[in-house]
Amino acid sequence: MIFHHFGSYILLLRKVFKKPEKWKIYLKEIFHEMNEIGIGSLSLILIISTFIGAVMTLQIAFQLVSDLIPSTVIGQINRDSNILELGPTISGLVLMGKVGSAISSQIGSMRVTEQIDALEIMGINAPGFLILPKILAGVIMVPVLVIIAIFCAIAGGLIGGSLSGAVAPSDYIQGIQEGFNGFTVTVAIVKAIIYGFIITSVPAYKGFYVRGGALEVGQAGTQAVVIGCIAILACDYIITALML
Amino acid sequence: MIEIQNIYKSFGDNEVLKGIDAIFEPGKVNLIIGGSGSGKSTLLKCIVGLHEPDQGKVFFDQQEFTGMDFEERIPIRKNLGMLFQNSALFDSMTVEQNIIFALSMFTDMSQAEKTERANFCLDRVNLKNVNKLYPSELSGGMKKRVGIARAISMSPKYLFCDEPNSGLDPATSILIDELIQELTEEYQCTTLVVTHDMNSVMGIGDYILFLYNGQKFWEGSNEEMLRSDVQELNDFVFASPLMKAARDSIK
Repeated sequence: MIFHHFGSYILLLRKVFKKPEKWKIYLKEIFHEMNEIGIGSLSLILIISTFIGAVMTLQIAFQLVSDLIPSTVIGQINRDSNILELGPTISGLVLMGKVGSAISSQIGSMRVTEQIDALEIMGINAPGFLILPKILAGVIMVPVLVIIAIFCAIAGGLIGGSLSGAVAPSDYIQGIQEGFNGFTVTVAIVKAIIYGFIITSVPAYKGFYVRGGALEVGQAGTQAVVIGCIAILACDYIITALML
Repeated sequence: MIEIQNIYKSFGDNEVLKGIDAIFEPGKVNLIIGGSGSGKSTLLKCIVGLHEPDQGKVFFDQQEFTGMDFEERIPIRKNLGMLFQNSALFDSMTVEQNIIFALSMFTDMSQAEKTERANFCLDRVNLKNVNKLYPSELSGGMKKRVGIARAISMSPKYLFCDEPNSGLDPATSILIDELIQELTEEYQCTTLVVTHDMNSVMGIGDYILFLYNGQKFWEGSNEEMLRSDVQELNDFVFASPLMKAARDSIK
């Protein structure tokens, strides 16, 4: 069963990456999807990442209460854990829920109301027209959102730490500047690109092959989010193991 | 002309179509009728390539459609218009965008030319001032007419209609039937209509293919149907007392 789905997914991707009928129309769709995925998810990412950064600062400060450890370490740990793990992966999981379920239900609804059949009858490559702009928009916009999330989490740590008195702002700022390794950002961006692909392609696959009615469309959305989240976590481990 | 030869189609153990042959001529309204589950819609989908038949061939003007891949089918599909049972208009597009969508994809027409074409198609189906409306703002009858307008936007050689009258009131059904008949004559296209609406059968059926249990059971014109002695056909077509009375009075 898993192999059957994986095979169908690969075959669908082959159709998705066929040459578009008209680039001009596809570009319009790509910008539309970039707006939907990027701008549409921005406020959610801002709120979640800011709070995660703030909470992380408090928890690190709580665990590192010792005169032997300088409080600048709080900023360092917060920065690295946000860049390497929390920024990309939490954003990826959140976007999987928000963007993934929307993609699955949109394409699934088009399938059960015969709109995909209508595209195919016209001679349009339906997987390409419906899915390619979403994948490209996801691969472009998810890294942008992840970078914003990392900045917000680090800023959230500063605000949270200052407000609670867990760390002095000057110590925190000194901490986030110390021992910075630029490669961690590369790892975060690689993760974000892979997550962007998963967040858009897995729900698109589930939606594209849905059969039945409204109930099945809803079930496909749920399955897409579950499978997508597992795929994100598995890729998180693989990328981390390969790159670090 | 569309010719189908020995079409078989199964879904799992359920054999839906069992060796169907037919020739659908241009300039005529060809109807496929039969009870629920008789395989009408499956046959239509096999003809347009939404389902691949397990066995058999489909020819569009002597070109074998069944043996072609997606790219090879595109030139034929550009000449093909289809009205779906639930209209299948693109929800995210306005009426005008729905109609000009295929033109935008496959032609180099300017926006003004496309708008002019959309207005012509809408005028042809007696709709005005709906260009900027979304499908969710239209009634069932209007959606069908927009569906027809979209189907004729590329001046099709082949027109397919899946249950064009379903969910419509009798007056609107007659309007849709008349529209299909007029367009068939105007474009001299090969029109295939799947229906169980007996008003359509008696009104516009130049050629009727009756399916029963996935098999071709009868074929002929609506006039021949009135004189037919085939029990299964009579049980289906003249099931209502009104239709029986109409047949008896004609006889």
